[in-house]
Amino acid sequence: MATSSIDLALNRLRETRAWKSIFRRGPARTNRTRSLAIFGNIFLHLMPVKVREQSLRARATYYLGSFSFLLFLLLTVTGILLMLYYHPAVPQAYLDMKDLRFVVSNGVFLRNLHRVGAHAMVIAVFWHMFHVFYRGGYRPPHEFNWVVGVVLMLLTLFLSYTGYLLPWDQLAFWAITVGTNIISAEPVLGHDVRFLLLGGNLVGENALLRFYVLHCVILPLVAAMFIAVHFWRIQKDGGLTLRDDHEREGHERQD
Amino acid sequence: MSDSDAATAVVRSEISRRDFLNDVAAGALGIAGLGAMVVTYRFLSPNALFEPSTTFRAGNPDLYPVNSVTFNQDQQVYIVRTQEGFYAVSAVCTHLGCITQWKPDANMIACPCHGSKFKSDGTKVEGPAPRSLPHFSITLTPDGELLVNKMETIKPEQALKV
Repeated sequence: MATSSIDLALNRLRETRAWKSIFRRGPARTNRTRSLAIFGNIFLHLMPVKVREQSLRARATYYLGSFSFLLFLLLTVTGILLMLYYHPAVPQAYLDMKDLRFVVSNGVFLRNLHRVGAHAMVIAVFWHMFHVFYRGGYRPPHEFNWVVGVVLMLLTLFLSYTGYLLPWDQLAFWAITVGTNIISAEPVLGHDVRFLLLGGNLVGENALLRFYVLHCVILPLVAAMFIAVHFWRIQKDGGLTLRDDHEREGHERQD
Repeated sequence: MSDSDAATAVVRSEISRRDFLNDVAAGALGIAGLGAMVVTYRFLSPNALFEPSTTFRAGNPDLYPVNSVTFNQDQQVYIVRTQEGFYAVSAVCTHLGCITQWKPDANMIACPCHGSKFKSDGTKVEGPAPRSLPHFSITLTPDGELLVNKMETIKPEQALKV
C-alpha cells in the first residue's frame, strides 16, 4: 500500500492527544478499529460499517437519496441565511422578499438557490421513491423504512407548501387560499384543521406567521429526525435492496 | 392455614403495591397528557381575530338600479337588485375560494381559477363548483341603508323588498 506524505501526516495527527480526546481512539489500522471508529462517532454510527460493493455503484441507487439529503442541507443553510433578512409580517414579508432580490448583496442568488433547490428536492425525493419502488425496496425487511420514506416525502411536500406562502405575493396568497380550502373539504375535521393552520378564517397575518414557524422550525426538525431514522434503518435492515438477478450474480462472478 | 394468611395470598396474587402505584402514576400521566393536548389545542385557536368585520353597510338602496349586479370589492359580495328586491350574493367561489367576477356581457358570474359559472343570483350553471353561491342576510338599518351580514346565510328566495 503506497503511503503518501498526506497519509503520514494524517497518521501522525491521529496519534496526538487532542485527536484521541476528540475521536476517542487513534489511527484505525485494523478492520476492528475501523469498525470501532464508525460505531464510536455519533454522526457516522447511523451509517453501516461495511457495505457491499454493488450498493455503491451508481446504478444501484443513482445516489438519489444522498442527493435529496444534500439538497436538504443546502436548503437549511440558504434558508437560515434568508431568515436574517425576512420578517414574517404583513406587508413587510413582501418588501423583504423584494429587498432580497434587488437590494441585498447576492440576495437574489441565495433566494433562487433556495427556490430552485426546493424544486430539485421534490424531484429528487420522488425520483428516489420511484427508483426504490421499482427495485422492490418496500418489501421485507425494508417495509418500515419504506413507510419512513413516505413520511419524508410528505414532509418534503409540506415544507414546499409552507414555504410557498412566505413571499406574500398574489401567487402565494391564492395558492394558500385554494390549498387550505381543499383541507376544509375534508369531512368533520376539515374546517377546524383549516382554522388552526391559518390561525383564523382567512389567509392573513396569523397564517403567515404560522406557516413561517412550520416552515423554519417544526417541519425541518421533524424531517431531520425522520432522516436520521431513515439512514439508521438502511443499516439495521441489512443494506440496500439489490436486485436478485444480475447484481448478485455479478458479485459471485467477481469473487 | 389461617384466614388472614389466605386473605394476604389472594391480595398478593391480584395486584402488588408496586403495580398499583405504577398504574396510578400511568393514569395520572395519561390524564395530564390529555389535558395538555386540550390546553394546547385551545392555545392554538385564537380567541381574538383581527380580521375585517363580517357585517358592513352597503349604502343607500337608491344607489343600485333595478336589474343590476354591483360588485363590492372590499367585502367580496355582489349586491344584486331585481324586480323582487335585493340579494347579497357571496363572490367567493364555492369550489376553492377564488374571487369570482361579474361578466355583464355574458350576464354571468364566472370564476377565473377553474371556470365555474353562476347566474346573477348565484345559481350554479357550470362546475367544478359543487354548490351555488350563498346568499347573505341583507337588512335595512334604521337610517335606511343596506346592511349585509356575511356570517348569516339565508335561503336564495328571500329577497329584501325596499
